[in-house]
Amino acid sequence: MKTIAELEAIRQKTLKEVGMRTDNDSIRVVVGMATCGIAAGARPVMQAFLTEIQKRDIHNVTVTATGCIGVCSLEPIVDIIDKDGTKVTYVNMTPEKVAKVVLDHLANGKVCSEYTLKENQ
Amino acid sequence: MQLFRSHVLVCGGTGCTSSNSEAIMSELNQNLVKNQLDSEVKVVQTGCFGLCEEGPIMVIYPEGTMYCRVDVKDVPEIVEEHLLKGRLVTRLLEASSQVQEDNQDIEQSSFFKKQLRVALRNCGRINPEEIDEYIAFDGYKALAKALSEMTPVEVIQTIKDSGLRGRGGGGFPTGTKWDFAAQQVNDEKYVCCNADEGDPGAFMDRSVLEGDPHSVIEAMTIAGYAIGATHGFVYVRAEYPIAVHRLQIAIDQAREYGLLGENILDTGFKFDLEIRLGAGAFVCGEETALMTSIEGKRGEPRVRPPFPAVKGLWQKPTILNNVETFANIPEILLKGSEWFASMGTEKSKGTKVFAVGGKINNTGLVEIPMGTTLREVIYEIGGGIPNGKKFKAAQTGGPSGGCIPASHIDTPIDYESLIELGAMMGSGGLIVMDEDTCMVDIAKFFLEFTVDESCGKCTPCRLGTRRMKDILEKITLGKGVMSDIDELETLARDIKASSLCALGQTAPNPVLSTLRYFRDEYEAHIRDKKCPAGSCKALLAYEIIEEKCKNCGLCLKNCPVSAITGNKKEKIPFVIDPTLCIKCGVCFEKCPVDAIKK
Repeated sequence: MKTIAELEAIRQKTLKEVGMRTDNDSIRVVVGMATCGIAAGARPVMQAFLTEIQKRDIHNVTVTATGCIGVCSLEPIVDIIDKDGTKVTYVNMTPEKVAKVVLDHLANGKVCSEYTLKENQ
Repeated sequence: MQLFRSHVLVCGGTGCTSSNSEAIMSELNQNLVKNQLDSEVKVVQTGCFGLCEEGPIMVIYPEGTMYCRVDVKDVPEIVEEHLLKGRLVTRLLEASSQVQEDNQDIEQSSFFKKQLRVALRNCGRINPEEIDEYIAFDGYKALAKALSEMTPVEVIQTIKDSGLRGRGGGGFPTGTKWDFAAQQVNDEKYVCCNADEGDPGAFMDRSVLEGDPHSVIEAMTIAGYAIGATHGFVYVRAEYPIAVHRLQIAIDQAREYGLLGENILDTGFKFDLEIRLGAGAFVCGEETALMTSIEGKRGEPRVRPPFPAVKGLWQKPTILNNVETFANIPEILLKGSEWFASMGTEKSKGTKVFAVGGKINNTGLVEIPMGTTLREVIYEIGGGIPNGKKFKAAQTGGPSGGCIPASHIDTPIDYESLIELGAMMGSGGLIVMDEDTCMVDIAKFFLEFTVDESCGKCTPCRLGTRRMKDILEKITLGKGVMSDIDELETLARDIKASSLCALGQTAPNPVLSTLRYFRDEYEAHIRDKKCPAGSCKALLAYEIIEEKCKNCGLCLKNCPVSAITGNKKEKIPFVIDPTLCIKCGVCFEKCPVDAIKK
């Protein structure tokens, strides 16, 4: 038998998983997954995002794939788009860098400027 | 629990299942494994999205991209392009969003934009076989609120204040019905759910049970608390196997979580539910017949009063509400009666689900606020009439209802306005008819249905409807006389006045309403022996207009009974021999220059 508190706990837990079906105001992590991106290692980057986000128990973040962003020499490229629409582009991503971006940017709201397109052009 | 970056929702409603959505799902899973995406992307089977015409439907989140008419062989492309590389498969987008590619969110498509989904809120959003997903979207929160914060009187008052009325067709205020039963003092009371959806073309109750069965279970439990009942029955037709299956899974899951049974949510309240399968008799949708059937007897109606709220199932106070009515209850308790009453018209609050079918582009399920006009439903949500044909009328309320002619297309739809037009809300079947539909034939179709479905207990319904059907048949065969119309009207009045239950009392409505708006069509059949819509075969005569004919010979080639003669080279004009013609209409369709008239 479940109590009302247990019901609420189930709700919170499952909402993290299914919230993407209604949330429109979440932070979006967009990974460039065109041929160039995949060849440069976008798949492990994408998977690293999922593991790290889950590990840190961060809500309101959706991770999606997109086509070629255009600067193929800097792939894997990841855009993080905030709720207000501001976009930060990270380049030459690796699973190790992802761990830091998730912690700094997604968990603490601080841009990891050393990995951004601005700093690496 | 694993975090997935994407959820692929595949419709598992009856419509999409019949067009192979299960095979699509298994192909999807295989392709995800092949592309090593199975740890990132989750496949979810849901209930009906509503756009049945475009099924099988697939929606991919978080983007909210809707793919239509998906075939098994499209699946590898969807996985490799959309899920792996993030590129849209544009050819599968819904028609209206194809125009504006950047606007791919399904909520913004013309089919969904004007809709307001309350009863259907979870259909196409959750997996109906996962109670946790229902709970995530505030499921069982209303039950928790009712049991822990509200008295039964307060629950009933909230439903009364919301203005919710029965969605099965009658439109009786739900709160008042609950109040009647609550006031009865008895050792046992029952809560029943009417899922014996029988109107031709209506399938909203099936869709709610298939897509969101927990909403009905939760609402019935709330109703049990409100009136003081501990036991409930869902009466659902056996022809709805997917609905029955999912409802049973949902009941089992609710029991496992202690949301049904003893001491629900540790509040001391107990309530449990059982499914009763109906064998598909239309009359069992009538409340007294339904209860007789649950008792294990032959499903026949009885005289009211006493009303079921006083003496229902096994002579105990019983409330019976329709599936869609119940689906509204949890939302009303959570969001408040003012929220619900803010939607709709003065006397009809909230929303109504319609199953739109017939001559319409977007066949499917739509939920709209009461007071939306028929024009909005047909032309904006429904995408208009196919092949550029003209709208003629829409039938609401199935065999108990009537038609709304084109001249009233701007009437806001609610209980009162439909009654005024001689139609009725009914359970929400909306059959759209175009210029090719013969109104006498439609009336005959519905009468044939009621003749078949009359239980035979009372004479006016058993014999009266048959007589009306015979007369209509005579008229469509071109053998009618003018006094037939008067006789139809007399019979209709007598059957309405003297039938035992609503089946008979409403059976003449399709005839009365078509007579009211399309009397000239009846007269044309009788007096001129002509069917203006060109639909009644017996009254048709195909003829080739010599001046228009280009002597191409296509009609001759295609005629299945060699009723057409003529020769291009020898310049013998083409003619149809009426004694041989079987009126199949093939020549009419094949003629490239419209030289054949009927």
